[in-house]
Amino acid sequence: MGKKVILIEDERNIIEAISFILSRDGWEVKTHSNGHDAMQAVRDRRPDLVILDVMLPGKSGFDILQEIRDDAELGATPVLMLTARGQQKDREMAERAGASRYMTKPFSNAEVLEAVRDLVGP
Amino acid sequence: MIGSRIRERRVISGLKQSELAKRAGISASYLNLIEHNRRRIGGKTLNRLADILGVAPVLLSEGAEATLIAALREAAARAETEGRAGAEADRVEELAGRFPGWARLLSDLARQRAELEGTVKALTDRLAHDPQLAASLHEVISTVTAIRSTASILADPRPLEPEWQTRFHRNINEDSQRLAEGAEALVRYLEQAPDARSEVMSPQDELHAFLEEHRFHFPVLEGAGGADRIAAVIAGADRLESQAARSLARTVLGQYVIDAERLPAEEMARAVAEHGPDPAAIAAATGVDMPTVFRRLATMPETEAGPVGLVVCDGSGTLMLRKPALGFTMPRSAAACALWPLYQLLTQPGAPVRLRLRQGEARVLALTVSEEVAPARFDRPALYRPHMLLLPDPGPEAAGPLREVGVNCQVCPLSDCEARREPSILGRGF
Repeated sequence: MGKKVILIEDERNIIEAISFILSRDGWEVKTHSNGHDAMQAVRDRRPDLVILDVMLPGKSGFDILQEIRDDAELGATPVLMLTARGQQKDREMAERAGASRYMTKPFSNAEVLEAVRDLVGP
Repeated sequence: MIGSRIRERRVISGLKQSELAKRAGISASYLNLIEHNRRRIGGKTLNRLADILGVAPVLLSEGAEATLIAALREAAARAETEGRAGAEADRVEELAGRFPGWARLLSDLARQRAELEGTVKALTDRLAHDPQLAASLHEVISTVTAIRSTASILADPRPLEPEWQTRFHRNINEDSQRLAEGAEALVRYLEQAPDARSEVMSPQDELHAFLEEHRFHFPVLEGAGGADRIAAVIAGADRLESQAARSLARTVLGQYVIDAERLPAEEMARAVAEHGPDPAAIAAATGVDMPTVFRRLATMPETEAGPVGLVVCDGSGTLMLRKPALGFTMPRSAAACALWPLYQLLTQPGAPVRLRLRQGEARVLALTVSEEVAPARFDRPALYRPHMLLLPDPGPEAAGPLREVGVNCQVCPLSDCEARREPSILGRGF
């Protein structure tokens, strides 16, 4: 496979665990842990998939998602949103902002793998 | 009324007036006058009528306790709306008269049930609306996610390089410690929390529940004579249970009426249509003072002015009016974040501020202005009420850089904040 994924998340230990399982699954994983320059990181990496936490220091995941969707070149990139709040309100916000898929913490590794495989395909 | 009760009993017993009169040894026309409360009766006639009707004379002369009857009727009506019809509501007085003990027990149980339902609802509301609780649960869930993910890697039968294994063991150890601290903080917070009922039902909370129910908009108070209609609005408000809450509501609605007179709905709608929700332009166009324009904007229907938030405090910084909007959270009871530009007006009441704010995921444009509620005297200074209006964020080009603010310190994740007055319960960084 060797597809590229960028994981934007601020919990160090979640980053380590998720990058490990994705790498083992054949993904080329880059990580980024703050909101400020997340968009630049996405531009630099040109990933096949973005995994994006909602609560980030510096900038909200919803804002970053909006910027991705508004970008002419990156607009169509699949984005998997992660959040610790399963509230309907958040789900609606994510859908409105154009999230490809939405996952509520605490998720299992298998769920993450299934979601990223679905979003990018073989 | 004794006559009415005789009539009610007679109808319940299925007796005709003439029949009852005959058996009691009085004329039908006399009984008719009695039943219409035009003749007083007592003594032997009353006893005879009570005997024939099969009730205690005292039930006819005094009736059952009116509040008890009302409570039973209410219980029956409530059961019926819930689809459990079948209580003989027309015989409620008979029940209360014949079995006063049972009737009282029934009414007590109905009241207790309603109270318990209220408590359950209050607790549910608390989970949904308490930012403190939501934030510390978020912290716990985040940690649990890390542990779950790491643990399942370690449990995987596939071989793991020793280096990774060591790292994941260390992570899980760190996270379990964080989880223990987070859970402990949560338990401490829940134990400290005041009695749920009194917390949720503070007069301020009652007032805000009432205002939110109306979305801060009261069309009935607009136009001439609005002041005369305040009492009716308050009387009809189920949310305002305590005397204190009703008194607060009277003050807020009184201000609403004054504002509506200064800046009538039609004029306001025209100004918003022309200038958008821009308080400075509206104030210039209408000649009305800025705090009034703030309040009118915040109390307009969202369909006309878009989402508008407002928070008003007094000279002590206590929040008096809170209308959250645009995802900007305001604490329910405790003081808010000292970085809110609202508080700058406490030291410089004459210096309004226009500033973009970021609070967690929410971004808003904040405008502040102070209202002088009492002029200065030699025995005390002028009294001010700072107002902060929240409008949709127009972006950095239109309004400059963002200021990062919180809700209050307890739920604030910002580290190295010079304005911090107490540690966060979020654990991280403390």
